[in-house]
Amino acid sequence: MPVNYYIFLSLALFCIGIVGVLTRRNAIIVFMCIELMLNAVNLLLVAFSKMHHFKNAAMGSDAQLFVFFIMVVAAAEVSVGLAIIVMLYRNVHSVDINFLNRLKH
Amino acid sequence: MKNALELAYLVPLFPLIGFLVIGLGRKLLSKSLTGIIGCGVVFLSFAVSVWIFLEVKEGNSHVADYFNFISAGTLKIPFAFQIDALSTLFLLIITGVGFLIHVYSASYMHHESPEHFARYFSYLNLFVFSMLLLVMGANFVILFIGWEGVGLCSYLLIGYWFKNTEYNYAARKAFIMNRIGDLAFLVAIFMIIAKVGNANFSEVFAFAKGEVLDKSFSAAEITAITLLLFVGATGKSAQIPLYTWLPDAMAGPTPVSALIHAATMVTAGVYMIARTNVLYSLSEVAQNVVAITGLATAILAATIALKQNDIKKVLAYSTVSQLGYMFLALGVGAYSAAVFHVMTHAFFKALLFLGSGSVIHAMGGEQDIRKMGGLSKKLKLTFFTFTIGCIAIAGIPPFSGFFSKDAILLSVFEKNPVLYGLALFGALLTAFYMFRLLFVTFTGKFRGTEAQAHHLHESPALMTVPLVILAVLSFIGGFVGIPEVLATGGDKITGFLSPVIAKHEEHFVTHSTEYALMGISTVLVLITIAFAWYRFKVYQPKEEMGFGKLLANKWYVDELYDKIIVNPLMKCAGFLNNFFEKYIVDGLVNGVGKAVNYGSRQLRLVQSGQVGSYVLLMVLSILVLLLYQFFLKK
Repeated sequence: MPVNYYIFLSLALFCIGIVGVLTRRNAIIVFMCIELMLNAVNLLLVAFSKMHHFKNAAMGSDAQLFVFFIMVVAAAEVSVGLAIIVMLYRNVHSVDINFLNRLKH
Repeated sequence: MKNALELAYLVPLFPLIGFLVIGLGRKLLSKSLTGIIGCGVVFLSFAVSVWIFLEVKEGNSHVADYFNFISAGTLKIPFAFQIDALSTLFLLIITGVGFLIHVYSASYMHHESPEHFARYFSYLNLFVFSMLLLVMGANFVILFIGWEGVGLCSYLLIGYWFKNTEYNYAARKAFIMNRIGDLAFLVAIFMIIAKVGNANFSEVFAFAKGEVLDKSFSAAEITAITLLLFVGATGKSAQIPLYTWLPDAMAGPTPVSALIHAATMVTAGVYMIARTNVLYSLSEVAQNVVAITGLATAILAATIALKQNDIKKVLAYSTVSQLGYMFLALGVGAYSAAVFHVMTHAFFKALLFLGSGSVIHAMGGEQDIRKMGGLSKKLKLTFFTFTIGCIAIAGIPPFSGFFSKDAILLSVFEKNPVLYGLALFGALLTAFYMFRLLFVTFTGKFRGTEAQAHHLHESPALMTVPLVILAVLSFIGGFVGIPEVLATGGDKITGFLSPVIAKHEEHFVTHSTEYALMGISTVLVLITIAFAWYRFKVYQPKEEMGFGKLLANKWYVDELYDKIIVNPLMKCAGFLNNFFEKYIVDGLVNGVGKAVNYGSRQLRLVQSGQVGSYVLLMVLSILVLLLYQFFLKK
């Protein structure tokens, strides 16, 4: 399959993720969109790795390994972020990001 | 025993130590301790100066280089002292007369509280230090440091009784007029350094004489430099047009007037011109300017002194007048005669001032001679020494004033008989107003109050002993400069100064002319004194009329200066303060503050606390960076 298809898909996923982060009100949805962005990048990495080393897959495994790193980071970040949201909910009883303006003080 | 010339640094060092110790410890020292330290250090300087004198008399001179004061590129100005005949003579005068005045002050100022007494002595010591720097400097810059230092001390001491606003104005006036002269002096120094490459006397004079690679000052340059130096001297030594500060400076304590405004600071200008005599000999124009200015000042001040009623003001104008004579001598090329007159003038003028201090002390602070009279009965020693001072200043042989004034008059006669006539007229005026002062103050009937009459008493020993010493010096001080016609080889002072001041060409006048001149001046002076005796032995103060009023009001020179210089400047300053400073400068400075304030307030609004807007900003900035990276950065 031409690599363009993977690039377009990844781009679409990334853009949807960005728009989601900017516009959604629910904090958990925002996190989901962030995950979406990270996974779009993963897809791109794997696609390019396959594109450059078509014959011998083992040679271009650097990018594929990097995907694992990204996944680990995503997991860590999600755990921390969700913990913060839970604590926030206990105080404000809502996950609406418009109510999270305590940084102003 | 170490060579005296190498220890020359001790001479200014002692007063400097005195200044520091007394100045810093003024709240701790008692009055007697302050007096001992203050006078002691000057005496030590005097002792070292005498030792140096004995060395220099043999013909040795020395330039002692201590350290690099200024080193900028090719310009090197060392902190160096030049010990030769001229500086040694001045060293003796400064430390010797200075010591006597310090001792006198210890008694005169004993009314003051210990702290202020110490302040006085610290200023006096600082003054002696600066004056010594001035005369010992081996280059123009060190001279100028001393020059500024004495100006500062003059300000501090004139305004010593700082609670009186009038005295503060007098101090300020003195300092500002000094500064005007200093500006010209600085420009002259800059011109010299620009042309010669450094400011050392030996090198500048060698350059001027054309001994350096056939380069020299052009005629215009040397005239400009010498005229600017002279303007500096007019400020310091109170010549026309910068003399009006000196009479006002009488606001300071009398010993200060004696030391600074009679014997030493005002002679700094004379010293400077005598030191740079090589430069002056090259410029006819400058010499004429110096001579004419000196003569005009001499006569102007003498006429004003005729009608003054404050003891110290008469002596102040007398000082201005005598300085005029010194500059007249410098202008006609008689440099050693001028320096000789500096020496004798230091003796008799200090004597006269200290004597007047004794009178003021006896009168309980009264300085108006119209309220005095008949003081000779109660103040015998003061009267006797004051008389000697008057005889000396009038120029009657064999007192010192005769020899120095005669040397000046002779040189003036050689240059131009008309100038001689005017100078002789000035000398007669001098005799007249001095003896007017003497007779009105000391003879006749006492015109003061009963309380003052009871208070009259001779001054204590610490005040009268310096008077006696100075009286003796006024009598014998002239014997170092007996002219050739009276005694061959008698003119020791010219010989002593000859390494520094090239000997004047041989006198053109015949011996008989010289005798005639001496005789004429002496006889005329005696006649003048007799006339003054006739006129003032029975004195009644009365209102001044017509020409007398003009003289009593100092020819309205101060008022003239006020009108054309001071008031316009004050108005300008007022305008600058009220309009320029308040609206433009302050507006600018405050405006910057206000702008920053406004900007920061607007910027603060970015921090809304909304997480969403933060994220939006992040995304936008990443976008911008990417655009920049891919499209703009080629």
